[in-house]
Amino acid sequence: MHENENQQGKSGQRSVSAKPGTQILRGTVHKYGDNVDTDVIIPARYLTTSDPAELAAHCMEDIDREFLKKVKSGDIMVAGENFGCGSSREHAPLAIKAAGISCVIAASFARIFYRNAINIGLAILESPEAARALSDGDEVAVDFESGEIQSIKDGSIWKAQPFPPFIREIIEAGGLVEATKRRLAARQRDDRAEAGQAEESQGEAHQADAYHAKANQAEALRSAAQTKDAV
Amino acid sequence: MNDTVHSEKPMTMTQKILAAKAGLKAVEAGQLIEAKLDLMLGNDVTAPPAIGEFERLGCAHVFDPEKVALVPDHFTPNKDIKTAEQTLKMRQFARAQNVAHYFEVGQMGIEHALLPEQGLVTAGDCIIGADSHTCTYGAVGAFATGVGSTDLACAMATGTTWFKVPSAIRVELSGTPRGWVSGKDVVLHLIGKIGVDGARYKSLEFAGAGVGELSMDERFTIANMAIEAGGKNGIFPVDERTRAYLAYVGAKEPVVYAQDSGAFYDDIVRIDLGTVPLTVSLPHLPSNTRAIEEVEGMPIDQVVIGSCTNGRISDLRVAAQILKGRKVANGLRCIIFPATQRIYLEALREGLIETFIEAGAVVSTPTCGPCLGGHMGILAKGERAVSTTNRNFVGRMGHTQSEVILAGPAVAAASAVAGKLAAPEKVSDAVPDRTWLYRMEF
Repeated sequence: MHENENQQGKSGQRSVSAKPGTQILRGTVHKYGDNVDTDVIIPARYLTTSDPAELAAHCMEDIDREFLKKVKSGDIMVAGENFGCGSSREHAPLAIKAAGISCVIAASFARIFYRNAINIGLAILESPEAARALSDGDEVAVDFESGEIQSIKDGSIWKAQPFPPFIREIIEAGGLVEATKRRLAARQRDDRAEAGQAEESQGEAHQADAYHAKANQAEALRSAAQTKDAV
Repeated sequence: MNDTVHSEKPMTMTQKILAAKAGLKAVEAGQLIEAKLDLMLGNDVTAPPAIGEFERLGCAHVFDPEKVALVPDHFTPNKDIKTAEQTLKMRQFARAQNVAHYFEVGQMGIEHALLPEQGLVTAGDCIIGADSHTCTYGAVGAFATGVGSTDLACAMATGTTWFKVPSAIRVELSGTPRGWVSGKDVVLHLIGKIGVDGARYKSLEFAGAGVGELSMDERFTIANMAIEAGGKNGIFPVDERTRAYLAYVGAKEPVVYAQDSGAFYDDIVRIDLGTVPLTVSLPHLPSNTRAIEEVEGMPIDQVVIGSCTNGRISDLRVAAQILKGRKVANGLRCIIFPATQRIYLEALREGLIETFIEAGAVVSTPTCGPCLGGHMGILAKGERAVSTTNRNFVGRMGHTQSEVILAGPAVAAASAVAGKLAAPEKVSDAVPDRTWLYRMEF
C-alpha cells in the first residue's frame, strides 16, 4: 500500500519505478552539424502520413542517404547547435524515434523540437561539450537519469543539463498524453471529492478518500504498464 | 512609456500576457507556468496526429469548440489520396466536435493570414498553433507560439498548456523604410544580424518609433518570421493602427499590455529602417542575407509570390505595380498565390489578378503548397527559385539539389520580369506609394 502510494506520487513529485529514464542507453553515434532542420529530418513530401514506421523509412534522407542503412536500434544521434529548427512537425522526432535512435544529444535544440521530443517520449540531452567531442561511429553510454554521457572509447564523461522537475514528470509519465491523462483523472477525482464532501458526512468522506486512493492505485498500475509499453 | 515604480519585478510585454493567463501577479524568465489559452490551431498536416492523441486521451469533447480552429491549407485542395484521407480525418473531427472555426476548401486560406482576417485573434490573447508560424499573431499584440501535435491534443482537452516563461530581445526600430523596402527586408535583415538561433527560446519584442512606420501587413510578415531566428514569439506593441485593424476585422476587444519600464532584456538590437537595404537570403539558411546589389544577376527558374509571410493584399499590390504592363521573362515560371479567398477577391476587384495573368504568371488558389515543397510548384534538381516564403533549407521547395532565395515581393516580381535575381529599380521606375501599397489606413 505504502509502496503504491509512492508510485502514484501525489501530483507526481515522487518517481515511478518503470520510467524510461532509468535505463542506461548505449549505442553508436551518428554525428551531424549545426542547424539540422526538420525539413531534412523528414521532408514535407512525406508528411502525407503520420505513421511512425512510414516516416522512419525516410528519416534524414535529404541530409544523409546512408543513415537508414547504418542505424541500429538503440543508436544515438549527436548534433551541433539548434537541432530541429524550422517547422513544428512532430513527425520529425517521431521519425527519429521510430528509426531506432534512443537519444539525441545536441549542443542546443530548437524550442519546438525540444518540446515535441519530450511530449512523444524521445530522450534528448543538451551538452555542447559532448556534442563537440563525440565523432561519428563512437560508442557512448548515456545515463538519462543523471544526464551523464560517457565515451566507451576513452572513458570521457560529460554531464548534460538536467531537466526541471516539471518536464521530468512528463518524461516519467511516458509523454504528455499520459501526463495529461493523469491530470484529467486527478481533476475528476477532485470534482467528485468536492461533490462528495458537500453531500456526505465527514465519515463518509473518509470512505470516499479510501475509494479514491484505490482508484489512484489502479491508475498508477495502468500508467506503469503503459510506460513499459512506451519503452 | 510608464514610469511608475513597480513593486514587482518589471516584466516584458510577453511576460505580462503570460502572467495574466496563468492567473499570477508576476512571472519571470525561466519560470514554468500553466496558461489558459484563447485559441488553438491545427492544419491538415498537424491536426490528424493531434486527433489521434486526443482520442488516446479518452476525452469525449474538446474543452471549448469556440476556441479551436482547424484549417486545411498545406496539401489542399488535396493533391493525392493520402492527403485527402488526412484532411477527411480533420473534417470528420471538426464536425463531430462542432469545432467553431473549421474552414472548408472554398472558405479557407493560409491559416496565419486567415485567422487575423476573420477577427479570431486580438491583442492580449494567448494562442498556440501546431504550426511553427503561429508566431504571426504577435503582430496584433498577442502572445502566439508554435507547438507540436501532442501539445495541441492536450490543449484541446484541457484548454491550457505549459510554458517556460521566455526572456526577450528588444528590437528597437527607428526611421522609415525607403523605396521598395518592406517588412520582409526588415525581418531578413534582423535574422541576418542575430542568426537562425539568435532568439532561441526567447521573445522578440519590437519597439520604438519605427513601429509606427510599419503597416499591419508588414508587422504580420515580421512577426511571422520570428521563428526563423529561433524565437518563441515575436510581438508588437499595440498602437492606433493595431486598434483600427482589429476594429476593421471585427476582432474581440483588445486587451493591451505594454512592457514595463525597466523590464530586463537579454539584448537590444537597434535597426534604423531608413538604412535597411532590399535584402535577400541565399541558400540554405534565412540568416544567409545579402543586400540585393551584391547578388543581382543570379540565374533563376521560378518565382513564387505568396505564403503566410507575403501573400497579403499589400504584397500583391507591390507585385502588380512592378508586373503591370510587363511580361514574365521567357523560360521562367512565376506562381502567385493570394493567402486567402478574401485577399484573392480583393486582388481580383483591384485588377491585380488581370495584371498577373496578362504578365504570364500563374495565379493559384490559397495553399501552403509550394512553400514547403508540398505541391503546386516543386523544383527539379538544379533549379533555383526566388520566393517570398520563409524558409530556404535544403530541399525545402523540392529536390535536395534545388535552391531557394528568400526575398520580398518587390524583388521577387522584378526578378520574374528580369529572368534573374534583380532589384525593382532595374525593371520599373515607379515610385512606391507606401500609403496605398501597404494599407497604412490601419
